[in-house]
Amino acid sequence: MRKAAAHRREDHVAVAVVDLSPGEEVEVAVLEGGAPLRVQVLEPIPLGHKVALKDIAEGEVVREYGEPIGRATRSIRRGAHVHTHNLRSLRWDFGGGR
Amino acid sequence: MRLTGYRRPDGRVGVRNHVVVLPVDDLSNRAAEGVATLIPGVVALPHPYGRLQFGEDLELTFRTLSGHGANPNVFGAVVIGIEPKWTERVASEIARTGKPVEAFSLEGYGDLRTIERASRAAYRLMQEASELEREPVEPRELVLSIKCGESDPTLGLAGNPALGRVVDRLVDEGATVIFGETSELTGAEHLIAARCATPEVREAFLRTYRDYVAMIEAKGVDLLGSQPTEGNIRGGLTTIEEKALGNIQKTGTRPVRRVLRPAEPVGPGEGLVFMDTSSAAAEMITLAVAGGSVLHFFTTGQGNVVGHPLVPVIKISPNPKTCETMAEHIDVPLPDLLLGEIGLEEAAARILDVFERTVRGRRTAAELLGHAEFVLTRLYPSA
Repeated sequence: MRKAAAHRREDHVAVAVVDLSPGEEVEVAVLEGGAPLRVQVLEPIPLGHKVALKDIAEGEVVREYGEPIGRATRSIRRGAHVHTHNLRSLRWDFGGGR
Repeated sequence: MRLTGYRRPDGRVGVRNHVVVLPVDDLSNRAAEGVATLIPGVVALPHPYGRLQFGEDLELTFRTLSGHGANPNVFGAVVIGIEPKWTERVASEIARTGKPVEAFSLEGYGDLRTIERASRAAYRLMQEASELEREPVEPRELVLSIKCGESDPTLGLAGNPALGRVVDRLVDEGATVIFGETSELTGAEHLIAARCATPEVREAFLRTYRDYVAMIEAKGVDLLGSQPTEGNIRGGLTTIEEKALGNIQKTGTRPVRRVLRPAEPVGPGEGLVFMDTSSAAAEMITLAVAGGSVLHFFTTGQGNVVGHPLVPVIKISPNPKTCETMAEHIDVPLPDLLLGEIGLEEAAARILDVFERTVRGRRTAAELLGHAEFVLTRLYPSA
């Protein structure tokens, strides 16, 4: 049974469709088709939140839907929770220096 | 599709049959509510504005008020204002639809006499409305609208793609479908621009979007902290780009054929159209209803409860927790779509089934719970 889903095979992140626990090895459905992926979860990830599908370097542009959704503000390991603590918008940042 | 509705004198089709009392300004709310108290079933639309507005902001208020009177879900309207000139302006705009409209102003009469005169008008309209019968109607006679709220990533994965299938189907059948939420296209605006039907539409869309961004920049701020909202972030959305990419899934795949100003009237047969609106739920729905929408589809992740006084709002949620904890607000629960137990086709068929029944008169969760948010959009402060 799927416990997470990704829009595109090359996306950096998938979305948990149930609450995920550390250590769990979960099946990730790929909505554009093809075989599911698998990822081992490193930390608690609530339903609706994102899990990294690959290691992401600090400063790297993170993709979901095959499109940029922001920039990693620190390095993110495969299986980690991806959210406001490690991902920031590429927009809404009009030189405010925040 | 088996649909029934109410045909109006101008040929437009509504799915509800309301008599409204429209206050032109804040001062007339009391009288409007007095009429609604005396004549059960009459819908009053009180609001806090309408005095000392000017320019485009005033025009938007006029357009929103007269658009609600002109909406095909309305049989007839009673308009009440403090003074006759602006009152007459709103009433005459509604009268262009050929439906019955009566206007009253408070100056020279006072609340009590106005309430009596306006109640007698509402009494007649309610009785006439009660004799109008439903008749078979077609999707190509309908103007509809879509929005999501209290969004989370379950919408981008499941709820919005399912609604997108429904939107494609209804557009193919000839309906007009309005989408908006200018701020919530940030990060996906290039994908909407690529779907504009002509270079002119694309230019108009991009101009609207850039004007919005310029307005934000001119304030010396950004929208971090507002977009995504705290509710969005709790639900798992991290950035505006992610929110926007999920948001546009519900627009389906058909070309964007027109760009409308806020509350600009639009008829059926126009396909998928963009209206420049706020992303706040009640403001967006109010503007779409002013434009002529007779039914609204609303997908929600964390559980937005919005409704509208004149238009059924169909709530769709794929979030299993929301469908359980807020079940009374959800018309189409789709947690099994999120979990992959059903596909998009089955989910779209469920939404269409509830759509058809709602058009024919089934009450939505928001109607049953009395959610009747009517919220005017302001462009700048009053004089």
